[in-house]
Amino acid sequence: MREFDIKLLTAAVRRMAYESCIVLPSDIHKQLELARANEDGITARAILDDLLENATLAQEKSIPICQDTGMVQVHLRIGREVHFQGDPYAAIQEGVRQAYTANYLRKSIVADPLRRINTGDNTPAMIYTELVPGDRVQVSLSVKGFGSENMSRLAMLRPADGVEGVIDFVLQTVKDAGPNPCPPIVVGVGIGGNFDKVAYLAKLALLRPLAQRHSDHYYAELEIEMLRRINELGLGPMGLGGRSTALGVAIEILPTHIAGLPVAVNVSCHATRHREEVL
Amino acid sequence: MMRKIQTPLTAEAARSLAAGDRVLLTGTIYTARDAGHKRLTEAISRGEELPLPLQDAVIFYVGPTPARPGEVIGSAGPTTSYRMDPYTPLLLAHGLRGMIGKGLRSQEVIAALKQHSAVYFAAVGGAGALLAERITAAEVIAYEDLGAEALRKLEVKDFPLVVAIDATGRDLYQEGPAAYLRQREQKIAEGGQD
Repeated sequence: MREFDIKLLTAAVRRMAYESCIVLPSDIHKQLELARANEDGITARAILDDLLENATLAQEKSIPICQDTGMVQVHLRIGREVHFQGDPYAAIQEGVRQAYTANYLRKSIVADPLRRINTGDNTPAMIYTELVPGDRVQVSLSVKGFGSENMSRLAMLRPADGVEGVIDFVLQTVKDAGPNPCPPIVVGVGIGGNFDKVAYLAKLALLRPLAQRHSDHYYAELEIEMLRRINELGLGPMGLGGRSTALGVAIEILPTHIAGLPVAVNVSCHATRHREEVL
Repeated sequence: MMRKIQTPLTAEAARSLAAGDRVLLTGTIYTARDAGHKRLTEAISRGEELPLPLQDAVIFYVGPTPARPGEVIGSAGPTTSYRMDPYTPLLLAHGLRGMIGKGLRSQEVIAALKQHSAVYFAAVGGAGALLAERITAAEVIAYEDLGAEALRKLEVKDFPLVVAIDATGRDLYQEGPAAYLRQREQKIAEGGQD
C-alpha cells in the first residue's frame, strides 16, 4: 500500500484549475491556427485572429481566457494500492476553493438548482472516480463553461437507427446549438452503456488530446467522418459562417443492452480547458 | 469597414445599422445577465424606479471575472443571449435600444427589435481577455449580492462588435452560414476544390 497525503491532491487541483483558466491547451491552440489558415471569409478569419490574440493576452496578463471560468470537473483514476490519509473529496473541494478565491476567477456555482444562491467559492466540483491497477493517482481536471454545456444532448436511440442514426443525432445537436456554444467547438460523443454512463463517456471523450484518434479503427474512422460532416454544416467561427465549426470529435464507447443504443453529445467551446497530472 | 457609434444609441442610429456591419462602440453601457434581468423585469412590473436609465441604453450580457488589483475589470466576454429572451421584449418596450451578447435570439425578441427599432450586437465569445482591454471603467451600480451577476456601469472605448440582428429583423446567424454554403457550392460547381 502507498500512503497518500491528500495535501498533494489539494495542491494539484488548485494549480490545475488556475492554469486551465489562464493557459489554452497547446493542442487547441494549434488547431485554432490550422482553422485560421483554412478559412477564406473575412469575418471567420477576424474571429479566429481574435481568439488567438486573446489566448496570448490571457497568458501574458494572467487573466482568464474566458470570463466563464466554469464548473470544475475532476476525474480521478485511483491506483488500487493507494491509501488516502484523509478524505480525497474534501481535498479536491479545498483545491477548487483556493484556486478560485486566490486567483480572481469567477465563482459560477449556485448551491441549489432552483433556489440559486451562489456558493461564493466555485465549489463543489463534480468528481468522478475509477479504480485502476497501481499505486498512482491520475488527475484529469477540466473547467467546463456552461454556454456549451447547455447545448449538450442525450438520446436513447433504437438499435435499428444504427450508425446513421448516431451520426444524424450528433449533426442535429451541433446544428441546433448553432452559434450558442462558441464554435469552433470540440465534440465529445458517448455511445453505448446505459442512460447515465453514456453521458459520462461523452465527458471522458473531451479529455482526449485533439490529435489522438480512437484505438479501434472503426471508431477512429467514425470520428473523422463526423468531423467532416459537422464542418460541412457551414456554421463556422461564432456561427457566422465558415469552414471551422468543430476542431475535433472524440468518441468513447461501452457495451450496451440488446434493446438500446444510447448516444450522448457533450459540446465544448473553442476554449476547451483541461489538464492532466499523475501524482 | 468599421463604423464608429456611440451611446446613448438613438432609434435613428439603430435604424442606420444593418446585419453584418462591424462597429466600434464608445460610451456608457450596462451589464446584466440572468439574475439581473429577472430583478429588472420584476422591478418594472412593480412600477419601481430602475437602477439604470433604460431609454436608448445598451446592455451587455456579461458576468466578468473579478479585477486584479490595478485593473479595471477581469475577463469580460459575452454570455449566451437566448437565456435573456424571456425578459427582453419588456425591456425593449421600456426604451432599451441595444444588446451585446452571442448566439441565437427568439422570434419574439426579433419581433420586438423591429417594433422598437433596436439592435442586437454580437461580440466574440470566449475572447474575454481581449474585450476587457476596451473597457476603461467599471462600477457596480445595483444587485451587488449577485456577485458576477451584479449590475455594472461600464465605459467602453471602440468596443468591437458586429450587428447580428438589425432593426428590420435581418439575422446574421441565418445569413452568414447560408452565404458561406452558397459560395462553397458555387466553387464546387465551377470544378474547384472545397
